Amino acid sequence: MTVVNPGGLHLRAASLIAELTGRVPAKVELIKGNKRVDATDVLQIVLLCAFEGDQLLLEATGQHADAVLETLSALFANSFDEDKLGTSRQGRQAEHNPGETSRSDAPCEGDRPSA
Amino acid sequence: MNFADFVVPEAIRAELAAADKEGVVREMVQALMDAGQIEKDEFESIVSAILKREELGSTGIGRGVAVPHTKHPSVGRLVGNVAVSSRGVDFDSLDGEKVHLFFLLISPPDRPGDHLRALENISRQLRDDTFCKFLKQSKNEEDIRQLLDEADNDQFGS
Repeated sequence: MTVVNPGGLHLRAASLIAELTGRVPAKVELIKGNKRVDATDVLQIVLLCAFEGDQLLLEATGQHADAVLETLSALFANSFDEDKLGTSRQGRQAEHNPGETSRSDAPCEGDRPSA
Repeated sequence: MNFADFVVPEAIRAELAAADKEGVVREMVQALMDAGQIEKDEFESIVSAILKREELGSTGIGRGVAVPHTKHPSVGRLVGNVAVSSRGVDFDSLDGEKVHLFFLLISPPDRPGDHLRALENISRQLRDDTFCKFLKQSKNEEDIRQLLDEADNDQFGS
């Protein structure tokens, strides 16, 4: 699954995921690289520090696993409804913003290899 | 990204007077204004943008923490502050609990990456119970500054 919204997995997106996964009995996890987090926990989702274009893996097991995966896939594909909220246009300016620290220059702290 | 990269030390508040969501937002934005980070004529616009964001879903993410935030064109870089309410404030949190720790963020509309990095830093530190406990128990602004410094120096969390 690819993060397509310009703001990445920010707080609102993470809350939507956690709210949805919290409603079903299935165990759902989000995986980015070697980081695996509980998809019902907003803080953990934010910790993935997933930017636009990042690839994530969704894993669900248990009751309603297929249904929750389908709904989550739709959420990701719809940019967490950001187009509807009119928040994505501003974010897209960042693609050509020379002022912002580039991703490669400043990864999230959690992405640093451990000492 | 570290706390020092976005938290304005002079805008930290160790004991919020506000008892409701709007009051907290106003008090924290006022603190940033008093610290010279926000122009007076942008105050209402920023408060209103943060409250509008709250309408999309509370930034009270549980564990007694809220991260009210907005994008706003009046800031040239990501700025934020930290505030504590010892009695707690009803913030419509996901877990229904009162919020004691607030991290307010205002970012330029064209820098979503910095916003995400700041969120990641906050989330990472909040995983450490000791950090949360000490922050909640801070008696004054200096205690909080020191705590944030220690967090920046990897003395908490992972």
